[in-house]
Amino acid sequence: MKPLTITTITVLPGKARDGSREAFEEITIHAGDMISIVGPTGSGKTAFINDIEVFACNDTVTGRTILVNGEVPPDEMVRDPAKKPIALITQNTKCLADLTVKEFLEMHVKARRIPDENRTAETIALANEFTGEKIRGEMRMTSLSGGQTRSLLIADAVAVSSAPIILLDEVESGGIFKENVIASLKKNNKAVLFVTHDPLLALLSDRRIVMRNGAVESILEPEGREKRILARISELDGFLSRMREKIRAGELLDGEVPTL
Amino acid sequence: MKLLIFAGPPSAGKTAVIRQIIRQLAGEYAIAFLKIDVVRAFEDEELSAEFGIPARKVYSGDVCPDHTGILVLRDAISWANDLGAGILIVESAGLCLRCTPYTTQSLGVVVLSAVGGTNSPLKMAPMIALADVAVVTKVDLISQAEKEVFRERVREVAPDVDIIETNAVQGTGLRFLMKAIRAVPDITAPDEIVLRGMPPLAVCTICAGKKEIGWQHHFGILKTLDSADDLYRGE
Repeated sequence: MKPLTITTITVLPGKARDGSREAFEEITIHAGDMISIVGPTGSGKTAFINDIEVFACNDTVTGRTILVNGEVPPDEMVRDPAKKPIALITQNTKCLADLTVKEFLEMHVKARRIPDENRTAETIALANEFTGEKIRGEMRMTSLSGGQTRSLLIADAVAVSSAPIILLDEVESGGIFKENVIASLKKNNKAVLFVTHDPLLALLSDRRIVMRNGAVESILEPEGREKRILARISELDGFLSRMREKIRAGELLDGEVPTL
Repeated sequence: MKLLIFAGPPSAGKTAVIRQIIRQLAGEYAIAFLKIDVVRAFEDEELSAEFGIPARKVYSGDVCPDHTGILVLRDAISWANDLGAGILIVESAGLCLRCTPYTTQSLGVVVLSAVGGTNSPLKMAPMIALADVAVVTKVDLISQAEKEVFRERVREVAPDVDIIETNAVQGTGLRFLMKAIRAVPDITAPDEIVLRGMPPLAVCTICAGKKEIGWQHHFGILKTLDSADDLYRGE
Protein backbone atom coordinates (compact mmCIF):
# COMPACT_ATOMS: atom_id res chain seq x y z
CA MET A 1 0.00 0.00 0.00
CA LYS A 2 2.62 2.54 1.00
CA PRO A 3 4.99 3.58 -1.77
CA LEU A 4 7.98 3.81 0.52
CA THR A 5 8.94 3.14 4.12
CA ILE A 6 9.17 6.26 6.20
CA THR A 7 12.20 6.37 8.43
CA THR A 8 12.30 10.08 9.24
CA ILE A 9 10.31 13.28 8.91
CA THR A 10 12.38 16.45 8.97
CA VAL A 11 11.13 19.96 9.66
CA LEU A 12 13.25 22.74 8.16
CA PRO A 13 12.92 26.22 9.70
CA GLY A 14 10.61 28.94 8.44
CA LYS A 15 10.11 32.39 9.83
CA ALA A 16 8.46 34.02 12.85
CA ARG A 17 5.65 36.58 12.49
CA ASP A 18 8.23 39.39 12.58
CA GLY A 19 10.00 37.80 9.60
CA SER A 20 13.06 36.54 11.49
CA ARG A 21 14.30 33.03 10.77
CA GLU A 22 13.49 30.29 13.27
CA ALA A 23 16.32 29.38 15.61
CA PHE A 24 16.83 25.71 14.78
CA GLU A 25 18.66 23.84 12.06
CA GLU A 26 16.21 20.99 11.67
CA ILE A 27 13.86 18.84 13.73
CA THR A 28 13.98 15.15 12.90
CA ILE A 29 11.18 12.79 13.90
CA HIS A 30 11.58 8.99 14.08
CA ALA A 31 9.14 6.13 14.72
CA GLY A 32 8.25 5.91 18.41
CA ASP A 33 9.08 9.57 19.13
CA MET A 34 6.77 11.40 21.52
CA ILE A 35 7.01 15.13 20.95
CA SER A 36 4.88 17.75 22.66
CA ILE A 37 4.33 21.27 21.38
CA VAL A 38 3.69 23.90 24.00
CA GLY A 39 3.33 27.68 24.11
CA PRO A 40 0.77 30.40 24.68
CA THR A 41 -2.45 30.58 22.67
CA GLY A 42 -1.74 32.03 19.23
CA SER A 43 1.96 31.16 19.35
CA GLY A 44 1.79 28.93 16.27
CA LYS A 45 1.39 25.44 17.75
CA THR A 46 -1.41 24.36 15.45
CA ALA A 47 0.31 25.94 12.44
CA PHE A 48 3.39 23.82 13.24
CA ILE A 49 1.54 20.51 13.06
CA ASN A 50 -0.50 21.72 10.09
CA ASP A 51 2.77 22.31 8.22
CA ILE A 52 3.70 18.68 8.81
CA GLU A 53 0.25 17.51 7.81
CA VAL A 54 0.28 19.26 4.43
CA PHE A 55 4.01 18.56 3.78
CA ALA A 56 4.67 22.28 3.61
CA CYS A 57 7.09 23.20 0.87
CA ASN A 58 7.69 26.85 1.62
CA ASP A 59 4.05 27.38 0.56
CA THR A 60 2.43 28.09 3.92
CA VAL A 61 2.48 31.29 5.97
CA THR A 62 5.31 29.94 8.13
CA GLY A 63 7.63 29.21 5.20
CA ARG A 64 8.65 25.84 6.67
CA THR A 65 9.62 22.83 4.56
CA ILE A 66 8.92 19.21 5.47
CA LEU A 67 11.12 16.38 4.18
CA VAL A 68 10.44 12.65 4.22
CA ASN A 69 13.54 10.47 4.58
CA GLY A 70 15.56 13.64 3.98
CA GLU A 71 13.95 14.44 0.64
CA VAL A 72 10.96 16.34 -0.73
CA PRO A 73 8.17 13.75 -0.60
CA PRO A 74 6.80 12.37 -3.88
CA ASP A 75 3.66 14.09 -5.23
CA GLU A 76 1.42 11.08 -4.76
CA MET A 77 2.24 10.89 -1.04
CA VAL A 78 1.31 14.55 -0.65
CA ARG A 79 -1.78 14.45 -2.84
CA ASP A 80 -3.52 11.17 -2.13
CA PRO A 81 -4.72 11.06 1.48
CA ALA A 82 -4.93 7.27 1.29
CA LYS A 83 -1.16 7.19 0.67
CA LYS A 84 -0.41 9.76 3.32
CA PRO A 85 1.64 8.48 6.25
CA ILE A 86 0.20 11.14 8.57
CA ALA A 87 -3.08 11.36 10.44
CA LEU A 88 -4.06 14.63 12.09
CA ILE A 89 -6.68 14.76 14.82
CA THR A 90 -7.77 18.39 14.89
CA GLN A 91 -9.21 20.49 17.68
CA ASN A 92 -12.60 20.18 16.02
CA THR A 93 -14.67 17.78 18.01
CA LYS A 94 -17.47 17.55 15.50
CA CYS A 95 -17.53 15.27 12.53
CA LEU A 96 -19.36 16.63 9.51
CA ALA A 97 -19.80 13.36 7.64
CA ASP A 98 -23.49 12.62 7.27
CA LEU A 99 -23.11 8.87 7.89
CA THR A 100 -23.33 6.35 10.70
CA VAL A 101 -20.12 5.32 12.47
CA LYS A 102 -20.21 1.96 10.71
CA GLU A 103 -20.81 3.46 7.24
CA PHE A 104 -18.08 6.02 7.81
CA LEU A 105 -15.50 3.41 8.83
CA GLU A 106 -16.53 1.06 6.04
CA MET A 107 -16.07 3.83 3.54
CA HIS A 108 -12.66 4.67 4.97
CA VAL A 109 -11.65 0.99 4.90
CA LYS A 110 -12.77 0.91 1.26
CA ALA A 111 -10.81 4.09 0.46
CA ARG A 112 -7.73 2.41 1.92
CA ARG A 113 -8.41 -0.77 -0.09
CA ILE A 114 -8.19 -2.90 3.06
CA PRO A 115 -9.70 -6.35 2.46
CA ASP A 116 -10.24 -7.00 6.17
CA GLU A 117 -13.90 -7.39 7.12
CA ASN A 118 -13.39 -7.08 10.87
CA ARG A 119 -11.54 -3.79 10.71
CA THR A 120 -14.64 -1.70 11.38
CA ALA A 121 -15.54 -3.59 14.56
CA GLU A 122 -11.90 -3.53 15.75
CA THR A 123 -11.75 0.21 15.26
CA ILE A 124 -14.91 0.79 17.29
CA ALA A 125 -13.58 -1.50 20.05
CA LEU A 126 -10.29 0.43 20.17
CA ALA A 127 -12.16 3.75 20.26
CA ASN A 128 -14.13 2.49 23.25
CA GLU A 129 -10.84 2.02 25.13
CA PHE A 130 -10.30 5.77 24.80
CA THR A 131 -13.69 7.00 25.93
CA GLY A 132 -16.11 6.22 28.72
CA GLU A 133 -19.12 7.09 26.56
CA LYS A 134 -19.76 3.96 24.55
CA ILE A 135 -19.64 4.29 20.74
CA ARG A 136 -21.88 2.01 18.67
CA GLY A 137 -21.79 1.37 14.93
CA GLU A 138 -25.30 2.59 14.27
CA MET A 139 -24.72 6.01 15.86
CA ARG A 140 -24.55 8.94 13.47
CA MET A 141 -21.13 10.60 13.17
CA THR A 142 -22.71 14.03 13.64
CA SER A 143 -24.32 12.99 16.92
CA LEU A 144 -21.08 11.84 18.62
CA SER A 145 -19.83 13.92 21.54
CA GLY A 146 -16.46 15.63 21.40
CA GLY A 147 -14.82 12.81 23.35
CA GLN A 148 -16.39 10.12 21.20
CA THR A 149 -15.41 11.85 17.96
CA ARG A 150 -11.78 12.20 18.97
CA SER A 151 -11.61 8.69 20.34
CA LEU A 152 -13.01 7.31 17.11
CA LEU A 153 -10.71 9.38 14.90
CA ILE A 154 -7.63 8.35 16.90
CA ALA A 155 -8.69 4.70 16.71
CA ASP A 156 -9.27 5.17 12.98
CA ALA A 157 -5.78 6.66 12.58
CA VAL A 158 -4.28 3.61 14.29
CA ALA A 159 -6.47 0.81 12.93
CA VAL A 160 -7.59 2.01 9.49
CA SER A 161 -5.07 4.59 8.26
CA SER A 162 -2.21 2.72 9.94
CA ALA A 163 -0.45 6.08 9.75
CA PRO A 164 3.05 5.89 11.21
CA ILE A 165 2.86 9.56 12.23
CA ILE A 166 0.00 10.88 14.34
CA LEU A 167 -0.60 14.56 15.06
CA LEU A 168 -2.89 15.40 17.96
CA ASP A 169 -4.15 18.92 18.53
CA GLU A 170 -5.14 19.44 22.18
CA VAL A 171 -6.43 15.93 22.54
CA GLU A 172 -7.03 16.39 26.26
CA SER A 173 -9.85 18.87 25.74
CA GLY A 174 -12.18 16.23 24.32
CA GLY A 175 -12.89 14.36 27.54
CA ILE A 176 -10.99 11.16 26.70
CA PHE A 177 -8.65 8.81 28.59
CA LYS A 178 -5.47 10.53 27.47
CA GLU A 179 -3.08 8.04 29.11
CA ASN A 180 -4.80 5.15 27.29
CA VAL A 181 -4.39 7.02 24.02
CA ILE A 182 -0.69 7.70 24.61
CA ALA A 183 -0.11 4.12 25.77
CA SER A 184 -1.83 2.70 22.69
CA LEU A 185 0.13 4.96 20.34
CA LYS A 186 3.38 4.02 22.10
CA LYS A 187 2.52 0.34 21.87
CA ASN A 188 1.99 0.70 18.12
CA ASN A 189 5.37 2.47 17.72
CA LYS A 190 3.79 5.62 16.28
CA ALA A 191 5.68 8.87 16.00
CA VAL A 192 3.37 11.24 17.88
CA LEU A 193 3.38 15.03 17.94
CA PHE A 194 0.84 16.61 20.20
CA VAL A 195 -0.12 20.18 20.90
CA THR A 196 -1.00 20.38 24.57
CA HIS A 197 -1.65 22.60 27.55
CA ASP A 198 -1.79 19.58 29.85
CA PRO A 199 1.19 19.28 32.23
CA LEU A 200 1.01 15.49 32.39
CA LEU A 201 0.94 15.02 28.61
CA ALA A 202 3.71 17.58 28.15
CA LEU A 203 5.92 15.72 30.61
CA LEU A 204 5.16 12.33 29.05
CA SER A 205 6.93 13.40 25.85
CA ASP A 206 10.62 12.86 25.11
CA ARG A 207 11.01 16.26 23.49
CA ARG A 208 9.14 19.51 24.05
CA ILE A 209 8.96 22.13 21.32
CA VAL A 210 8.30 25.60 22.73
CA MET A 211 6.51 28.04 20.41
CA ARG A 212 6.39 31.83 20.50
CA ASN A 213 5.26 34.46 17.95
CA GLY A 214 4.66 31.89 15.25
CA ALA A 215 8.12 30.35 15.59
CA VAL A 216 9.89 27.52 17.39
CA GLU A 217 11.63 29.26 20.29
CA SER A 218 13.41 26.28 21.81
CA ILE A 219 13.44 22.49 21.92
CA LEU A 220 13.71 20.94 25.37
CA GLU A 221 15.03 17.43 25.94
CA PRO A 222 14.49 16.68 29.63
CA GLU A 223 16.26 13.27 29.47
CA GLY A 224 14.89 12.15 32.80
CA ARG A 225 15.55 15.39 34.67
CA GLU A 226 11.80 15.93 35.12
CA LYS A 227 11.21 12.46 36.50
CA ARG A 228 10.45 13.56 40.05
CA ILE A 229 7.98 16.25 39.09
CA LEU A 230 6.38 13.88 36.57
CA ALA A 231 5.62 11.39 39.36
CA ARG A 232 4.01 14.17 41.39
CA ILE A 233 1.95 15.50 38.45
CA SER A 234 0.83 11.98 37.65
CA GLU A 235 -0.50 11.59 41.22
CA LEU A 236 -2.24 14.96 41.06
CA ASP A 237 -3.75 14.12 37.70
CA GLY A 238 -5.03 10.79 39.01
CA PHE A 239 -6.56 12.58 41.97
CA LEU A 240 -8.25 15.14 39.72
CA SER A 241 -9.56 12.39 37.44
CA ARG A 242 -11.10 10.53 40.37
CA MET A 243 -12.72 13.71 41.65
CA ARG A 244 -13.96 14.55 38.17
CA GLU A 245 -15.63 11.14 37.88
CA LYS A 246 -17.30 11.57 41.28
CA ILE A 247 -18.65 14.99 40.31
CA ARG A 248 -19.85 13.61 36.99
CA ALA A 249 -21.56 10.77 38.80
CA GLY A 250 -23.52 13.31 40.82
CA GLU A 251 -21.75 12.80 44.16
CA LEU A 252 -21.45 15.48 46.82
CA LEU A 253 -17.81 15.70 47.92
CA ASP A 254 -18.50 16.58 51.56
CA GLY A 255 -16.64 13.72 53.31
CA GLU A 256 -13.01 13.40 54.30
CA VAL A 257 -10.58 15.04 51.91
CA PRO A 258 -9.05 12.01 50.18
CA THR A 259 -5.30 11.66 49.99
CA LEU A 260 -3.61 11.85 46.59
CA MET B 1 -4.48 32.66 -24.18
CA LYS B 2 -5.58 29.98 -21.70
CA LEU B 3 -9.23 29.66 -20.68
CA LEU B 4 -10.09 28.57 -17.11
CA ILE B 5 -13.73 27.88 -16.27
CA PHE B 6 -14.73 27.69 -12.60
CA ALA B 7 -17.93 26.15 -11.30
CA GLY B 8 -19.03 25.07 -7.86
CA PRO B 9 -21.76 25.75 -5.32
CA PRO B 10 -22.07 29.06 -3.48
CA SER B 11 -19.60 29.54 -0.60
CA ALA B 12 -17.40 26.65 -1.74
CA GLY B 13 -14.49 29.05 -2.11
CA LYS B 14 -14.30 29.61 -5.89
CA THR B 15 -13.15 33.20 -5.50
CA ALA B 16 -10.64 32.27 -2.78
CA VAL B 17 -9.05 29.75 -5.16
CA ILE B 18 -9.07 32.29 -8.02
CA ARG B 19 -7.44 34.86 -5.74
CA GLN B 20 -4.58 32.39 -5.09
CA ILE B 21 -4.18 31.79 -8.82
CA ILE B 22 -3.91 35.51 -9.52
CA ARG B 23 -1.53 35.97 -6.59
CA GLN B 24 0.75 33.18 -7.74
CA LEU B 25 0.56 33.50 -11.53
CA ALA B 26 0.13 37.24 -12.19
CA GLY B 27 3.90 37.55 -12.55
CA GLU B 28 3.92 35.02 -15.40
CA TYR B 29 0.66 35.82 -17.20
CA ALA B 30 -1.59 38.81 -17.78
CA ILE B 31 -4.87 37.67 -16.23
CA ALA B 32 -8.40 38.81 -17.10
CA PHE B 33 -11.47 37.85 -15.05
CA LEU B 34 -15.18 37.52 -15.79
CA LYS B 35 -17.82 36.83 -13.12
CA ILE B 36 -21.30 35.69 -14.03
CA ASP B 37 -24.01 36.15 -11.45
CA VAL B 38 -27.72 36.71 -11.09
CA VAL B 39 -28.45 39.97 -9.29
CA ARG B 40 -25.33 41.14 -7.46
CA ALA B 41 -21.64 40.28 -7.59
CA PHE B 42 -18.60 42.02 -6.18
CA GLU B 43 -15.77 39.70 -7.20
CA ASP B 44 -14.81 41.77 -10.25
CA GLU B 45 -14.43 44.97 -8.25
CA GLU B 46 -12.59 43.23 -5.44
CA LEU B 47 -10.11 41.39 -7.67
CA SER B 48 -9.56 44.45 -9.82
CA ALA B 49 -8.86 46.61 -6.77
CA GLU B 50 -6.65 44.00 -5.12
CA PHE B 51 -4.55 42.96 -8.09
CA GLY B 52 -5.11 45.67 -10.69
CA ILE B 53 -6.28 43.16 -13.30
CA PRO B 54 -9.00 43.77 -15.90
CA ALA B 55 -12.21 42.29 -14.49
CA ARG B 56 -15.87 42.50 -15.37
CA LYS B 57 -19.22 40.90 -14.62
CA VAL B 58 -22.45 39.98 -16.33
CA TYR B 59 -25.80 39.83 -14.57
CA SER B 60 -28.14 37.21 -15.89
CA GLY B 61 -31.23 38.75 -14.33
CA ASP B 62 -34.24 36.59 -15.13
CA VAL B 63 -32.33 34.14 -17.31
CA CYS B 64 -30.36 31.09 -16.12
CA PRO B 65 -26.86 32.34 -15.21
CA ASP B 66 -25.14 29.39 -16.83
CA HIS B 67 -27.09 29.98 -20.02
CA THR B 68 -25.97 33.59 -19.88
CA GLY B 69 -22.38 32.53 -19.30
CA ILE B 70 -22.39 30.39 -22.41
CA LEU B 71 -23.99 33.13 -24.50
CA VAL B 72 -21.39 35.74 -23.52
CA LEU B 73 -18.31 33.48 -23.48
CA ARG B 74 -17.32 34.08 -27.10
CA ASP B 75 -17.46 37.86 -26.56
CA ALA B 76 -15.48 37.47 -23.35
CA ILE B 77 -12.69 35.62 -25.17
CA SER B 78 -12.45 38.47 -27.70
CA TRP B 79 -12.44 41.04 -24.89
CA ALA B 80 -9.62 39.30 -23.02
CA ASN B 81 -7.68 38.65 -26.23
CA ASP B 82 -7.86 42.32 -27.21
CA LEU B 83 -6.42 43.18 -23.79
CA GLY B 84 -3.51 40.84 -24.48
CA ALA B 85 -4.42 38.51 -21.62
CA GLY B 86 -2.53 35.24 -21.18
CA ILE B 87 -5.27 33.73 -19.00
CA LEU B 88 -9.02 34.37 -18.95
CA ILE B 89 -10.73 33.15 -15.78
CA VAL B 90 -14.51 32.74 -15.92
CA GLU B 91 -16.36 32.19 -12.63
CA SER B 92 -19.90 30.83 -12.77
CA ALA B 93 -22.67 31.96 -10.45
CA GLY B 94 -22.62 28.54 -8.81
CA LEU B 95 -26.36 28.33 -8.32
CA CYS B 96 -27.35 25.34 -10.39
CA LEU B 97 -25.69 22.18 -9.12
CA ARG B 98 -26.52 20.39 -12.34
CA CYS B 99 -24.66 22.92 -14.44
CA THR B 100 -21.56 22.03 -16.38
CA PRO B 101 -20.24 25.21 -17.96
CA TYR B 102 -16.94 23.62 -19.08
CA THR B 103 -15.96 23.84 -22.71
CA THR B 104 -13.40 22.35 -25.02
CA GLN B 105 -10.04 24.20 -25.22
CA SER B 106 -10.27 25.12 -21.53
CA LEU B 107 -9.38 23.87 -18.06
CA GLY B 108 -12.61 23.03 -16.22
CA VAL B 109 -12.30 23.43 -12.46
CA VAL B 110 -14.99 22.51 -9.95
CA VAL B 111 -14.58 23.89 -6.44
CA LEU B 112 -16.15 21.81 -3.67
CA SER B 113 -16.27 22.47 0.04
CA ALA B 114 -15.14 19.61 2.26
CA VAL B 115 -17.72 20.67 4.82
CA GLY B 116 -20.60 20.48 2.34
CA GLY B 117 -21.64 17.00 3.45
CA THR B 118 -20.53 13.52 2.45
CA ASN B 119 -23.21 13.21 -0.20
CA SER B 120 -22.63 16.58 -1.86
CA PRO B 121 -20.40 15.13 -4.63
CA LEU B 122 -23.22 12.75 -5.57
CA LYS B 123 -25.71 15.60 -5.76
CA MET B 124 -23.60 17.57 -8.21
CA ALA B 125 -22.23 14.65 -10.17
CA PRO B 126 -22.24 16.19 -13.67
CA MET B 127 -20.48 19.32 -12.45
CA ILE B 128 -17.66 17.12 -11.12
CA ALA B 129 -17.64 14.42 -13.77
CA LEU B 130 -17.01 16.82 -16.67
CA ALA B 131 -14.36 18.89 -14.87
CA ASP B 132 -10.62 18.36 -15.29
CA VAL B 133 -9.77 19.33 -11.73
CA ALA B 134 -11.78 19.14 -8.50
CA VAL B 135 -10.44 21.52 -5.87
CA VAL B 136 -11.67 20.52 -2.40
CA THR B 137 -11.55 23.50 -0.05
CA LYS B 138 -11.75 23.92 3.74
CA VAL B 139 -9.89 20.67 4.36
CA ASP B 140 -8.39 22.26 7.45
CA LEU B 141 -11.82 21.90 9.09
CA ILE B 142 -12.11 18.13 8.74
CA SER B 143 -10.16 15.12 9.94
CA GLN B 144 -7.84 12.97 7.89
CA ALA B 145 -10.41 10.16 7.83
CA GLU B 146 -13.15 12.53 6.62
CA LYS B 147 -10.86 13.79 3.86
CA GLU B 148 -10.36 10.27 2.59
CA VAL B 149 -14.06 9.50 2.75
CA PHE B 150 -14.90 12.71 0.89
CA ARG B 151 -12.30 11.91 -1.76
CA GLU B 152 -13.80 8.45 -2.16
CA ARG B 153 -17.20 10.07 -2.82
CA VAL B 154 -15.71 12.34 -5.48
CA ARG B 155 -14.06 9.27 -7.04
CA GLU B 156 -17.45 7.56 -7.21
CA VAL B 157 -18.75 10.17 -9.64
CA ALA B 158 -15.48 10.99 -11.37
CA PRO B 159 -12.84 8.26 -11.15
CA ASP B 160 -10.27 10.22 -13.14
CA VAL B 161 -10.76 13.81 -12.06
CA ASP B 162 -7.61 15.41 -10.63
CA ILE B 163 -8.43 16.07 -6.94
CA ILE B 164 -6.56 18.88 -5.19
CA GLU B 165 -7.17 19.49 -1.49
CA THR B 166 -6.59 22.92 -0.07
CA ASN B 167 -7.22 25.48 2.56
CA ALA B 168 -7.75 28.14 -0.09
CA VAL B 169 -7.38 31.05 2.32
CA GLN B 170 -3.84 29.89 3.12
CA GLY B 171 -3.22 28.42 -0.33
CA THR B 172 -1.88 25.08 0.92
CA GLY B 173 -1.67 22.35 -1.71
CA LEU B 174 -2.46 24.69 -4.61
CA ARG B 175 0.97 24.25 -6.17
CA PHE B 176 -0.59 21.29 -7.98
CA LEU B 177 -3.34 23.49 -9.43
CA MET B 178 -0.73 25.99 -10.65
CA LYS B 179 1.11 23.13 -12.32
CA ALA B 180 -2.11 22.05 -14.08
CA ILE B 181 -2.81 25.63 -15.22
CA ARG B 182 0.70 26.07 -16.63
CA ALA B 183 0.17 22.88 -18.62
CA VAL B 184 -3.15 23.98 -20.18
CA PRO B 185 -2.74 24.64 -23.92
CA ASP B 186 -3.78 28.03 -25.29
CA ILE B 187 -7.05 28.41 -27.16
CA THR B 188 -6.27 27.59 -30.78
CA ALA B 189 -9.64 28.05 -32.48
CA PRO B 190 -12.07 30.13 -30.43
CA ASP B 191 -14.89 29.70 -32.93
CA GLU B 192 -14.75 25.95 -32.55
CA ILE B 193 -15.19 25.94 -28.75
CA VAL B 194 -18.20 23.88 -27.66
CA LEU B 195 -19.67 22.77 -24.36
CA ARG B 196 -18.40 19.45 -23.03
CA GLY B 197 -21.77 18.27 -21.83
CA MET B 198 -25.42 19.09 -22.09
CA PRO B 199 -26.29 21.30 -19.15
CA PRO B 200 -29.97 21.67 -18.21
CA LEU B 201 -30.24 25.11 -19.65
CA ALA B 202 -33.91 25.22 -20.62
CA VAL B 203 -35.08 28.76 -20.22
CA CYS B 204 -38.66 28.11 -19.28
CA THR B 205 -41.35 30.67 -18.61
CA ILE B 206 -40.88 30.27 -14.84
CA CYS B 207 -37.17 31.06 -15.21
CA ALA B 208 -38.22 34.16 -17.09
CA GLY B 209 -40.39 35.41 -14.26
CA LYS B 210 -43.92 34.21 -15.01
CA LYS B 211 -45.32 33.40 -11.57
CA GLU B 212 -48.58 31.54 -12.13
CA ILE B 213 -48.60 27.99 -10.85
CA GLY B 214 -49.70 25.07 -13.02
CA TRP B 215 -48.30 23.94 -16.35
CA GLN B 216 -51.42 25.25 -18.08
CA HIS B 217 -50.00 28.77 -17.74
CA HIS B 218 -46.54 28.01 -19.09
CA PHE B 219 -44.66 27.36 -22.31
CA GLY B 220 -41.48 25.55 -23.18
CA ILE B 221 -40.58 22.34 -21.39
CA LEU B 222 -43.44 21.36 -19.10
CA LYS B 223 -44.27 18.58 -16.66
CA THR B 224 -47.62 17.35 -15.42
CA LEU B 225 -48.16 15.46 -12.20
CA ASP B 226 -49.31 12.27 -13.87
CA SER B 227 -46.94 12.01 -16.81
CA ALA B 228 -43.31 11.00 -16.38
CA ASP B 229 -42.42 12.50 -19.76
CA ASP B 230 -41.71 16.13 -20.48
CA LEU B 231 -44.26 18.01 -22.49
CA TYR B 232 -43.20 20.64 -25.02
CA ARG B 233 -45.39 23.57 -25.87
CA GLY B 234 -44.61 26.67 -27.91
CA GLU B 235 -46.36 29.97 -27.54
